Amino acid sequence: MGKIFCKPVSLSDQATHYCPGCTHGVIHRLVAEVIDELGVRGRTVGIAPVGCAVLAYNYFTFDFQEAAHGRAPAMATGIKRVRPDLIVFTYQGDGDLASIGMSEIIHAANRGEKFTTVFVNNAVYGMTGGQMAPTTMPNQRTTTSPFGRNVEEVGMPIKVAELISALETPAFISRQSVIKPKYVVRAKKAIKRAFQYQIEKRCFSLVEVVSTCPTNWGMTPVEAVQWAEDVMHPYYQLGDKKSPDPIKDKED
Amino acid sequence: MGKILMKGNEAIGEAAIRAGCLNYFAYPITPQSEVAEYLARRMPEAGGVFLQGESEVAVSYMIFGASGCGERAFTTSSSPGISLMAEGMSYIAGGECPAVFVNIMRGGPGLGGILPSQADYLQATKGAGHGDYRMLVLAPASVQEAVEMVMTAFPLAEKYRNPVMILGDGLIGQMMEPVEFPDHLKTEPSNKDDWATNGMDTRKSDRRNLVKSLYLDPELLNSHNLKLKAKYDRMKREEIRYETYHTESDYRVLIVSYGTMSRVCRTAIDELRSQRLDVAMVRPKTVFPFPEQAVLVASEKESCEQVISIEMSMGQMVEDVERSVRGKRQVHWFGKCGGEVPTPEEVIDAIKALVK
Ligand SMILES: Cc1ncc(C[n+]2csc(CCOP(=O)(O)OP(=O)(O)O)c2C)c(N)n1
Ligand code: SF4
Repeated sequence: MGKIFCKPVSLSDQATHYCPGCTHGVIHRLVAEVIDELGVRGRTVGIAPVGCAVLAYNYFTFDFQEAAHGRAPAMATGIKRVRPDLIVFTYQGDGDLASIGMSEIIHAANRGEKFTTVFVNNAVYGMTGGQMAPTTMPNQRTTTSPFGRNVEEVGMPIKVAELISALETPAFISRQSVIKPKYVVRAKKAIKRAFQYQIEKRCFSLVEVVSTCPTNWGMTPVEAVQWAEDVMHPYYQLGDKKSPDPIKDKED
Repeated sequence: MGKILMKGNEAIGEAAIRAGCLNYFAYPITPQSEVAEYLARRMPEAGGVFLQGESEVAVSYMIFGASGCGERAFTTSSSPGISLMAEGMSYIAGGECPAVFVNIMRGGPGLGGILPSQADYLQATKGAGHGDYRMLVLAPASVQEAVEMVMTAFPLAEKYRNPVMILGDGLIGQMMEPVEFPDHLKTEPSNKDDWATNGMDTRKSDRRNLVKSLYLDPELLNSHNLKLKAKYDRMKREEIRYETYHTESDYRVLIVSYGTMSRVCRTAIDELRSQRLDVAMVRPKTVFPFPEQAVLVASEKESCEQVISIEMSMGQMVEDVERSVRGKRQVHWFGKCGGEVPTPEEVIDAIKALVK
């Protein structure tokens, strides 16, 4: 009998530096599986962000560029414009994409750049030690909101998927989660669709993924999963927000 | 092809195309927006990529992405825009990619003005962004020279896998002069399969390429920086370019001046020599690396009493000139930095005041 379950070729053997219970690893695996299944590893270029995933290129086995904090969508634009045949994706955290890099992502999406963004929403700045992010939940304590996020002072968390869906340019925008197996299966489908739209040269595609950061949330991995489901899921509603086909209204 | 009359900014755009660079990303800013306006029409015609980015910050990463995957790319901007691109320049140098940046300088600091200046000398030559990196900086004094420098900038950027800057004052971009374009450069970025992220399918081996500037291990970062330093040292050995004017005969004053300012100095030197006051000039064509040796030798001439740096900035080049002269002569400064180019008469007065 042959192997029926193995590591994707697009993923390396190296042990990751991610904390126990962190969902970055799960998302890496989904991206790698999709790239393998679509058979595009030999023409894929990933863009690493500045954040916990800055070393993502150590875990993937294809060409990679490393961007400055927030600039991955501009870098992807540069590659995709001059080499439209390459398959390009950015992998970005919420500080990277929704704070310092908001301009780059909005304009790339609005130009309809034909690359894919995997957007990891873990409600904090992970790498720098758990500071408040634009996606931090109301009253959530972080190292720079020690009394909880005060929405009177800093506003409500940004819903990136909805924000980008509001642009008139056709795109595929979806929000998924990877905190439990049932969500992981759907997340993979969305990531695959996102890459397929790119391969078909259809549109910009972005999949926001609700994720955990047990380390900076000050929780055990199990508590973190529960908190994400109880607090993040009701606010960050899962489902496809926009697609180049007529929108399928599938909230779950 | 014969000579044609062209505005500097347009000639710069055309020169890039003829250098085989078919990828241009930019954000509008006076006094160089004509490059983008010219290329918005011309690039599609040449089968190239033209894209107006959302900011100079984004543009510098569009350039980085494009050059990182092995394609020639360039941008043009002016002082405030170059400040925003400085972050990208540091990353490009750290990631060892070729790229060409053109700065058509205007007055500063802040918004400053929109008229010609040379106020970004230190920014260009000492490193605009953070970290230990340098750029090769070419400073044209005419539209023709701007064309030639743009065309050599691409192979130079590829030779060193490092950003190259064309540092022109606003007049270089705005004035119309006759130009003759050298033949098309047919070369491709060489060895790109060794480093560019052009997709593993393009390579014979299963090796993947990585463009990055992060080295968390102190020993690795140190050796990365030593490797970069070796490139900058090589530039100092191989790329210094300059021109001398009347340095063969005796002179009492040596001028060091570059760009449009050096042309005014030439006129002033001719006039002073006709009045029997002998003056000579060294004109750096590369301001990094700076022609130290040429300035030193010229200043050591027995007859030379004084050295003066004449520039459209508040003496930014003086420290390079002083460094070159090694304390053997007094180094003075004359210049203006409001947007007006000093006249030959003003230069003459400044020189006469030195030797009175
Ligand atoms: C220009 C710049 N500003 C700040 C930083 C410091 N920094 C590194 S990672 C990071 C935040 C990353 O958070 P996020 O994007 O949410 O990713 P995560 O680590 O949570 O995956 C910051 C602020 C930097 N590297 N560069
Ligand atoms: S700090 Fe948070 S996001 Fe970063 S690796 Fe640890 S758990 Fe994951």
